[in-house]
Amino acid sequence: MTRTAIAAVIIAVLSLAVPWVITNDYYVNLASLILIYALLALSVNILLGYGGMVSLGHAAFLGLTGYCVVLMVLAGYDQLTTAIASVIFSTACGALFGMLSLRAIGIGFLMITLALGQIVWGIAYRANELTGGDNGITLPARPMPFGIDINSALSFYYFTLIVFSLALFCIWRLTRSPFGASLMGTREQPRRMSMLGHNVWMIQFITFVIASFWGSIAGLLYIYYNLFMSPHAISLQQSAEALLMAILGGASSLLGPIIGAAIITIVKNVVSTYIERWNILLGLIFVVVIMFMPNGLVPGCRQLWRSIQNRRKGRPPPAKAASEPAA
Amino acid sequence: MQFWIVQTLNSISFGALLFLLSSGFSLAFGLMRIPNLAHGAFYMLGAYFGATVVYIGGNFWLAALAAGAGVGLVGIAIERFILRPLAGNVQGQVLVTLGISFIIADICLLVWTGDPWTVPAPPLLRRPLLIAGYAFPTYRLVVVLIALIAAIALYLLMDRTRLGAMIRAGVDDMEMARGVGIPVSLLFTVVFLLGAVLAGAAGAFGGPILNAYPGLDTDMLPLALIVVILGGAGSLLGAFVGSFVVGFLYNFGIALFPDLAYFILFLPMVLVLMFMPQGLFGKALP
Repeated sequence: MTRTAIAAVIIAVLSLAVPWVITNDYYVNLASLILIYALLALSVNILLGYGGMVSLGHAAFLGLTGYCVVLMVLAGYDQLTTAIASVIFSTACGALFGMLSLRAIGIGFLMITLALGQIVWGIAYRANELTGGDNGITLPARPMPFGIDINSALSFYYFTLIVFSLALFCIWRLTRSPFGASLMGTREQPRRMSMLGHNVWMIQFITFVIASFWGSIAGLLYIYYNLFMSPHAISLQQSAEALLMAILGGASSLLGPIIGAAIITIVKNVVSTYIERWNILLGLIFVVVIMFMPNGLVPGCRQLWRSIQNRRKGRPPPAKAASEPAA
Repeated sequence: MQFWIVQTLNSISFGALLFLLSSGFSLAFGLMRIPNLAHGAFYMLGAYFGATVVYIGGNFWLAALAAGAGVGLVGIAIERFILRPLAGNVQGQVLVTLGISFIIADICLLVWTGDPWTVPAPPLLRRPLLIAGYAFPTYRLVVVLIALIAAIALYLLMDRTRLGAMIRAGVDDMEMARGVGIPVSLLFTVVFLLGAVLAGAAGAFGGPILNAYPGLDTDMLPLALIVVILGGAGSLLGAFVGSFVVGFLYNFGIALFPDLAYFILFLPMVLVLMFMPQGLFGKALP
């Protein structure tokens, strides 16, 4: 615990110091973007890593919030009302999507979330009068929370960092709570959980709503960062990227999706300045990670570290965990 | 009146195209328990293959054949070298197919550029057919005919042949099928190949109707998914009924409420999921 706490403090200090170390605005903005995607990946990971549910429509919440913010601000509402209403709207859509997609489990769930995500994308793409279609729509200005101007790269980074830290804390609490434990129970042994008197469907449904809430918060940050919303932001690629971030980093930990988001965002930004073929690379990373590193980087490195330590102390490697009992 | 007749015919022909696309998808899903998320990309690849063969002066029917064969080869390679090593890891297999679809889509963009490729219908079928004073596009009628022939052939294959019986056994109860000595893993390859060939041919046949353009894959994939959600995985009849339902809704949706065409697809999906989550003709989703 103390080691985790020390690590947390170090990471906190480092992330506070980021703008001093890298003074270039481009890189400060990149850091903000990483935090935004890390939050999106964390919210997908609530479903994936803790609930065992693979959602391929999570970018929909980015879009639902983003479009709602732009449309409400353009309609003349003030920023605070807009932000709250947009998150509520998007989370409510999340509740509806949850009800539909949890009619099936496993692969059926994945297919339904994909179809729902594509329907949101299709509406954004086709409903020209409302969403501007392929051209997208622009948010006139960033809000001024408590009267503080967040237009500069530096101040926006701190704004994002504060929101992200709050979210991270809440998600961490969630995973350590009794609810989190019962969620992991439904992932491992749904039948036993329901026999123990837990309402498996309700646990999964609440998780879906929580995940869509944090996805919506990520959407809020996204629209404030970009000030622009187009269907590209909520395409299937975006949902898949979020999922890949979680899997690449390691879905079973909180750190994993953050590392994954950092790697994917940096690679994407660096690569797209040199070549145009980001999607091929994304696809290749997908295939390679799933085939050769299914547990992700963080658990993989942890395992490697442990086996090195064990070898140094001359202990035999730990026996493989007992195989899972049948359901 | 003309509007309704033409739109009805368009819906039927679009449904026919969707059947070609989603029947193989549904069969592979029913047997292998994984939705092949590269299926939309297979369709797009077929469309580009077909367009290319037509452009270099090939016969249209030859183009469809080439598209089916070409995409079939791609399908076999994917099944053998990528899906096979991941056997048992269903989630991994599905995500890998998604990764493959991105790769294929980007390669298509690289090879065939971002401009759409229009494909002319075969010369014999370009002249509209006049029935009772109305002009019908002949090519669309032929597509319906092709889909009907494919449906009958698939029905006979599944219902009357030994191979079909083995596939049905695998869909119903894979462990028992393995137990009685059916080579289920060989069937996986066969069914995946069948799905890829059908998707490729559908892409070529769809060329004169939908053209070939970047993003075609992500336009078609959700439609195939919704067909299977409606009809039920692994059910040929379900794919047939689902295709025409989606064909009508999507086509009339685009004609009457262009902004909301996708939203209209949402409704039957909601209704089916509410009352028959396993689909109209399917067994419970795995």
